Amino acid sequence: MRLKIIIVLTILTGITGSPSITIRPEVELVDNKQRISEQQNLVTETDEVVEDVMATGELNPNHYPAQRAAKVVQHYINTLYGSPFKVFHLHRVHSGNAEDVADSGRKYQLEISVQEMISNTSGKCSAEVFFSRGDKQHSPQVQVMCEELLKINTTKEEDAFYQHLKKNTSLLSAEYLPDSHGHIEPDMKPLWHLASVASSFIMLNESTQDTLFNMAQVANVTQLATESDQLKFEYLILLHEMVSQEIIRWKLLVSWCPPEGVKVLQMEKLPHCHECEKPPNTN
Amino acid sequence: MDSSSILTANLLQYFSVFLSFFCFFNHSLVEGAESTWNYDYTKYHRMDEIRQWMEDVEQMNPHLVSSSVYGQTYEGRNITLLKLALDNPQGREKKVIWVDCGIHAREWIAPAFCQWFVKEIVQSYKTNKKLEQILQNVDILVTPVVNVDGYMFTWANDSTRLWRKSRSTPPPGSSCYGVDLNRNFNANWEVRCVGCVSFDSCSNTYCGKSAGSEPEAKAVRSGMVDKVLCFLTIHSAGQLILLPYGHPQITAPNYEELVSVGKAAAAEMKKIHGMDYTVERLHRSNSGSSRDWARLIGIPFSYTFELRDKGEFGHLLPEDQIQPACEEAYAGALSIITYGHGQGFLQQHRPNSAVVTATGFSSGLVVLVAMWIMSVTTGLFV
Repeated sequence: MRLKIIIVLTILTGITGSPSITIRPEVELVDNKQRISEQQNLVTETDEVVEDVMATGELNPNHYPAQRAAKVVQHYINTLYGSPFKVFHLHRVHSGNAEDVADSGRKYQLEISVQEMISNTSGKCSAEVFFSRGDKQHSPQVQVMCEELLKINTTKEEDAFYQHLKKNTSLLSAEYLPDSHGHIEPDMKPLWHLASVASSFIMLNESTQDTLFNMAQVANVTQLATESDQLKFEYLILLHEMVSQEIIRWKLLVSWCPPEGVKVLQMEKLPHCHECEKPPNTN
Repeated sequence: MDSSSILTANLLQYFSVFLSFFCFFNHSLVEGAESTWNYDYTKYHRMDEIRQWMEDVEQMNPHLVSSSVYGQTYEGRNITLLKLALDNPQGREKKVIWVDCGIHAREWIAPAFCQWFVKEIVQSYKTNKKLEQILQNVDILVTPVVNVDGYMFTWANDSTRLWRKSRSTPPPGSSCYGVDLNRNFNANWEVRCVGCVSFDSCSNTYCGKSAGSEPEAKAVRSGMVDKVLCFLTIHSAGQLILLPYGHPQITAPNYEELVSVGKAAAAEMKKIHGMDYTVERLHRSNSGSSRDWARLIGIPFSYTFELRDKGEFGHLLPEDQIQPACEEAYAGALSIITYGHGQGFLQQHRPNSAVVTATGFSSGLVVLVAMWIMSVTTGLFV
């Protein structure tokens, strides 16, 4: 009997371990060598050693020359079709081709997918982008043909929003869309979308082969009183340029009504806010 | 019944009672500790919260986690890493994996990821044999925030949120603060390129007065020990896995391997939530980056991770995307770490099987056995 007890106690004290606490899906950690050799068989592209911004002919769709040109197409589509309820983003570049056009510039041909962010639908587009070269810097010229994507119907939402604002006696205003935590109040989202579309006019104008623009944030927006059918907004928008990593401030006067779409009536690039960058008074 | 039998019976009774209570309380204490310490990994945290979290993680996991201050920022704040490591059962020399986050102040998802990364390892290493083996062979050094000054500045108010650089004071003749720390490392630092690396102190890619001049970059250099297998530096945004070198005419000797390993990581990341991460050598010349510096000093697997997203929110990634972004990044990071570990330790080792581990051992069973012992020992008196 004593022996049994001693054996049991020995086993008990010999076992260490904690009760399992939570169960979560484990990341599969397998021997990677087999997987790498499989991957190598799938690698069909030959990575060029020298990446030349002046690459001509067939482009790697994931690399920056095609990506930058495709982003310009996104901006262009938004200027034509965007609204407070319709905003397009570049989803993927499938293929790209570039060629020099005499001495005047460079032309890109692209097959891309574009996503409408609110309805979360995507579709394919074929596009041509022409960047001019030389002393006179024109904004890029774009031609695009898309599938059904551009025919997304948002009339109901747009009319409802328009009527709501027209009837409202007070004027809307907001700041920091999104806020520091990436949050936007649902009521403010149409104003944020409208800013994206309005920014697209600027980003389209400012784009070159050496830039990649996105709207970073709406610093503030104020609705202005109007007597016309248009709704009018004054925006201070922060654009992000990827290559320089700069934040560029633009003041925009924007009008919108469902039949006429988004228009940028005035635009002004603001200087860098050095005051904003000094240490705050209280740490 | 003799007195020695009575004594033995008493001792056994006390011991069994003690054992059952110990297991019971140990279980609930651990559970209690977890439930009372509700650190929310799906929110962005201020620097003081992150510091407190680092202390708590170390305190609660003393066998796995230790901290180390390896430098000071420009404004004199500590730069701290967490070392995740287990003893090597054979007493072999260990190698190192380096993960750093928050070189760029506004890229908040990066420090969030470093915290998530530590949490995942802490919570899974006891039940994941492979991970345990890795931790026995390598020390994983994680710095949640390198650019502490810059990160704190982005929390000062709404208008400072998009700050990128460090907070060094303006050089003579300038009124502009800060150096782009990821252009300050000694890797082709002198190379200029259009719009990427700038000698203008007001620029967001200002590379500093000389290569490695900034205290934060110096700290990373000093924190770098020998035998580093992998160097992962975490940024946002763009959904990219970047390889060395950001200079078109210089290629890493293991370039093909870097591409393969990167693509394997991207494939793992895509499995989690379907997001595409593109593997590439930087799509522009980018001298002075920590990734390039790491490769130049001989660390074989050096990558920059650019996490979500692709421009919709950019650096202002909503908090409801923290979890999915971190889950996929974890899969990618672990993929590279596992490969690096495999390369660094060509012989496969099994954990010392002499140590019996019974994970998932229920304390209830102990109580039952203890009760049985008690009934048996009580029987001795009858």
